[in-house]
Amino acid sequence: MQTLVDNLIASGMFGAHPPRDVIYGLFIFIFSLVVFLGVAFPFAGIVSWVERRVWARMQSRCGPNRVGPNGFLQWLADGLKHVCKEDLIPAESDETLFKMAPYLVILAFTLPWAVMPFSSSLILADLNVGILYMTSVTALTVVGVLMAGWASNDKWSLIGGIRSAAQIVSYEIPAGLSIFPVVLMTGTLSMQGIINAQGWAPWTWFAFSNPFTFIAANVLYISALAEGNRTPFDLPEAESELVAGFATEYSGMRYLFFFAAEWGNLFIIGAIITTLFLGGWKFPHVSNNPVVMNVLELITFNVKVLFLVFVSMWVRGTLPRVRIDQLMSLCWKYLVPISFVDMIGTALWLAIWPQGNSIAPWIMMALFAAIIVIFLGRVLHYFRRSRMELYLSPTI
Amino acid sequence: MSIRTEEMTLNMGPQHPSTHGVLRFVIKADGEVMREAIPDVGYLHRSIEKIAEKVGYHGFMPYTDRVDYVCAMFTNQGWGMACERLGGIEVPRRGEYCRVIAAEFNRIASHLLSVGTMGMDIGAMTPFTHAIREREMINDLIEELCGARLTFNYMRIGGVAWDLPPGWREKALAYLDHFDPIWDEYNALISYNKIYVERLANVGVISAEEAIDYNLVGPNLRGCGFKWDIRKDIPYSVYPEFEFDVPVGRGEYGTLGDAMDRYMVRIREMRESSRILRQALRQIPDGPVLAKVPRNFKPKAGECQIRVESARGDMGWYAVSDGSGYPWRVHVRTGSFAAMGIINKLSRGLMIADLVTLIASLDVIAPEIDR
Repeated sequence: MQTLVDNLIASGMFGAHPPRDVIYGLFIFIFSLVVFLGVAFPFAGIVSWVERRVWARMQSRCGPNRVGPNGFLQWLADGLKHVCKEDLIPAESDETLFKMAPYLVILAFTLPWAVMPFSSSLILADLNVGILYMTSVTALTVVGVLMAGWASNDKWSLIGGIRSAAQIVSYEIPAGLSIFPVVLMTGTLSMQGIINAQGWAPWTWFAFSNPFTFIAANVLYISALAEGNRTPFDLPEAESELVAGFATEYSGMRYLFFFAAEWGNLFIIGAIITTLFLGGWKFPHVSNNPVVMNVLELITFNVKVLFLVFVSMWVRGTLPRVRIDQLMSLCWKYLVPISFVDMIGTALWLAIWPQGNSIAPWIMMALFAAIIVIFLGRVLHYFRRSRMELYLSPTI
Repeated sequence: MSIRTEEMTLNMGPQHPSTHGVLRFVIKADGEVMREAIPDVGYLHRSIEKIAEKVGYHGFMPYTDRVDYVCAMFTNQGWGMACERLGGIEVPRRGEYCRVIAAEFNRIASHLLSVGTMGMDIGAMTPFTHAIREREMINDLIEELCGARLTFNYMRIGGVAWDLPPGWREKALAYLDHFDPIWDEYNALISYNKIYVERLANVGVISAEEAIDYNLVGPNLRGCGFKWDIRKDIPYSVYPEFEFDVPVGRGEYGTLGDAMDRYMVRIREMRESSRILRQALRQIPDGPVLAKVPRNFKPKAGECQIRVESARGDMGWYAVSDGSGYPWRVHVRTGSFAAMGIINKLSRGLMIADLVTLIASLDVIAPEIDR
């Protein structure tokens, strides 16, 4: 951000002797507004539309297709509907906490955008504790959810809230431990620092730099899904058991806040993993123009993140929900030990090859390619067996 | 260190997405673990048995659809058979074939709904829509047959109301050719999914003795490994003419008699129904479909008990005639009502999430419980 503004000032856009501090302040203010109002909230809405469309295709339905082209404005219509609805507050509820909970959740969703590294310059604040900040503020969600569950004064909401608390607190541990290998390798917590330690090519990404980080990337993705209350870990709002979990008693705008945060969190999950393991915004140096480079980097970053968002939708369309005891045993019996091993393994790896092993990334890439080939082979197998003509021209 | 815990009483239903209709459970839970789930039935009681005494033999046929709207063909057939037994009426062979064809299609539709909602209750939405898509095609077929998609009112005393429409047989066979690969695909999608198996295996284990004690019938009984199918053991209609197997639970994924076994029995029964349908559609003879029954049907005084293997198991129809145009007493014995009885016992010590699995695996239908 600073370099971009410096470049713009140097190019003489603001006159010969511009007031530097005012311009910095102005840029930060405008950029935060753009990010929060222009990116974060619309993104949550658009993701809800994309998810419904993607999900519908997987379920051989149409999905929303009435409002706007292909139903694209459905999220706006839904948002407006929720805003216009009555804001019901149950008589027996704890009113203050009940009203406060959605704001805490939305706060936990907006705060991480401050350190979101969209490109080499487009970052609101490149904190030196960036990734730590990110994981800490996203964990605020649990406070909001627990508050909502408790204040609703409804037993089903309470179960949802408590489930959510147990789940998020447990999965924070493998998620936090999976970040350590990368921090060990880079020696920094800054988002930009971590990205700068990687290159644009896949074999320079941390996901493929050694076996431990590859596993850590997967563990982090699973834990992030659990923290974001996504299928197969969507127990806090398990539709078939708790109806809407902690959000049962909410309506209108407050209900919207919970779900905007949930969908928006998908982007944050994707951004964390992209930053740590998939090379962030890194793009080959093709131009000396900072604006062109920044746009390319912005696109690269978003493509990677949106792919991860799509994967989580895909998972949601495929997998059933786990039970609470299975959820806990997955966390404490498998993910936590695995991430400990990852951490120690990475440390040993760094002790043996302090400058990094030059062959390992290629072997990792080959293994990854093998996994992809096996996966595509399975897909092709089912594709052949599924007899597409039955769907394209149903017999009846 | 021991933590003092308190029992929490939860109310689940009558309006709840996964109680399969207006059912209510009072759950006594200790955190996530249930101490007990007490089923509370009666929210959908419509006095159907009493209605029979007021509307007469012919007039009661549309009401039987409402006993179990998910597989209304079997309730139609049960009532038709009871009246035929009372009046000594012989159904024409083509009529019997039409009945079997309609009923087996309905069995597939009912099981598709059952396994689909099972997936949905576990949290997987995709299998549900895939199952419903297939069921929709069966509904289209049945709609062509009798004009209705849910409450069919297809059968009459002495046969069926309408013959198969022209070209229907080919369409039905084409559908079966479509259904078999879809069945494989459905299994690949959900039945062998690791999470799915983990959720279903070892949940709600019923032993064969227990199942007999609690009077479970149909797939719930066969899921415990006990081979009992009215179509085979007390044959009725033209079922002896067909070759089919009776799938039983094998305990492949866990204990014998768990939710997964009951689920797999339903999955396999769809394939067997498809086999029966192929044979029936090929062998169907020509002739009338409806016997001559007087409009003012007055059977001789007497009583009868009919057993039909419905999608939810042994459905009993008991009718008493006093020689007048109205039955003196009608009673329906349904599988879902018996299945409700065992829920309390099975629910002890399960998780709250498992109650949903349990209800779905017993495949209870609220109108069938209360009638």
